[in-house]
Amino acid sequence: MLQLKDIRKTFGQNEVLKGVNFAVYKGEVVVILGPSGSGKSTLLRTMNFLEVPSSGDMFLEGESMLYREQNGNKIKRDPKEWNQFRMEIGMVFQGFHLFPHMTVLENIIEGPVHVRKQAKEEAITYGESLLKKVGLSDKRDAHPFSLSGGQQQRVAIARSLAMRPKIVLFDEPTSALDPELVGEVLSVMKELKEEGLTMVVVTHEMGFAQDAADRIVFMDDGNIIHEAPPEQFFGKNQPDRVQKFLQRYEGGNRL
Amino acid sequence: MSELIKDVKMFFPALLEGAWLTIELTVISLILALIVGLFIGLGRISRNRIIYRICSIYVSIIRGTPLLVQLVYVYFVFPDLGIELTPFQAGIIGLSINESAYLAEIFRAGIKSVPKGQTEAAQSLGMNYSLAMRRIILPQAIRNALPPIGNSAIILLKNSSLAAVITVGELMHQGEIIAAATFKNMEIFTMVAIMYWILHYPISLLVDYLEKRGDHQHASAERH
Repeated sequence: MLQLKDIRKTFGQNEVLKGVNFAVYKGEVVVILGPSGSGKSTLLRTMNFLEVPSSGDMFLEGESMLYREQNGNKIKRDPKEWNQFRMEIGMVFQGFHLFPHMTVLENIIEGPVHVRKQAKEEAITYGESLLKKVGLSDKRDAHPFSLSGGQQQRVAIARSLAMRPKIVLFDEPTSALDPELVGEVLSVMKELKEEGLTMVVVTHEMGFAQDAADRIVFMDDGNIIHEAPPEQFFGKNQPDRVQKFLQRYEGGNRL
Repeated sequence: MSELIKDVKMFFPALLEGAWLTIELTVISLILALIVGLFIGLGRISRNRIIYRICSIYVSIIRGTPLLVQLVYVYFVFPDLGIELTPFQAGIIGLSINESAYLAEIFRAGIKSVPKGQTEAAQSLGMNYSLAMRRIILPQAIRNALPPIGNSAIILLKNSSLAAVITVGELMHQGEIIAAATFKNMEIFTMVAIMYWILHYPISLLVDYLEKRGDHQHASAERH
């Protein structure tokens, strides 16, 4: 579905991504774990052009996202062309970033109506069904500032789904939430996994990684240093760095 | 006392006529300045170097020279360049240009005050720059900018009195004419001052309301 090849990203002198190779397959849920500063958020943001790779290439269903062919030459895509890929790749942010001047439903239909040019009635019908899915049908006409953090994040998830993306990226979706609100967001995400949505999730929720991930990718210092299915990842005989990382969650978030 | 009332009654119609012209000057200049200011403000955040430079120079020149000089310049110098203007037209142009530079900075600050996450959320839906600006950023930026725009409009209203110098028959000019003819300086200029105060008052109330509304929304947004 989405493939990254030898992605590098430097900020000034600082190389944050050091040649990352990554792939997510259709219907798969990949959780990216790693200590802070390991580059996992940068990697995720790269997949949506919120950070532009310094080198390497990315492919959505086999099509290069960074270059296009012209007369047999590989030329860099104009930033305007990125939007065709962004439409297919949803993003859920740590800070929700709902549009405060719009109601919940308006937030959700904004992309479909103004970017996909969908008929408004159609977008509303689908938007309402998404609101039902995330359990917020009664908040249809509410403004974001009147919602709790957990509710805002569920609206943000519905907003990204409204574009009917091929894949949705989650950037620490529960990190800004009060502990008692984390569960409602994670359960929506688990439901989406059941429905076969392709997801890449950066999180610190070990429980979610264990329950919902098909595969866990561990990043450290700008590289993916380990990949394993959850049973294996949380089991014995894992690399030292992974063990050390997990120890910090022992008795805390884990289990 | 009765003489004072008589004076007020006598001078009021002429001053009222001037006040109408003051309102016209202010409203028309404000509308033009809002349009020009928005584009200059957008230019001041443009990544295009040339556009950024041109808009920055515009703001610098306008803010760095007195309004009085600008008005006189438009009225007396433009004709030398082949542009003949009535005093009223020159007043409108001078005031609009002056106000647009201040509004440009207000728009720029308003746009900067919209959190970066809003742009990112818009981009991640596949919006291009102009769509994201139109649908997501500007509505929030303009909302943030309304109180300072109101304050600037109050200044514009009072600054319009400078158009008297280029013989626009607005409130101040009417006052000067009557005072020169009657020598009743105290009565007339007190009336002029009061009339400016009355004209400014509704805008002032509006600014207070907008500021309160803004505070209220920030408070509810920060609760999370």
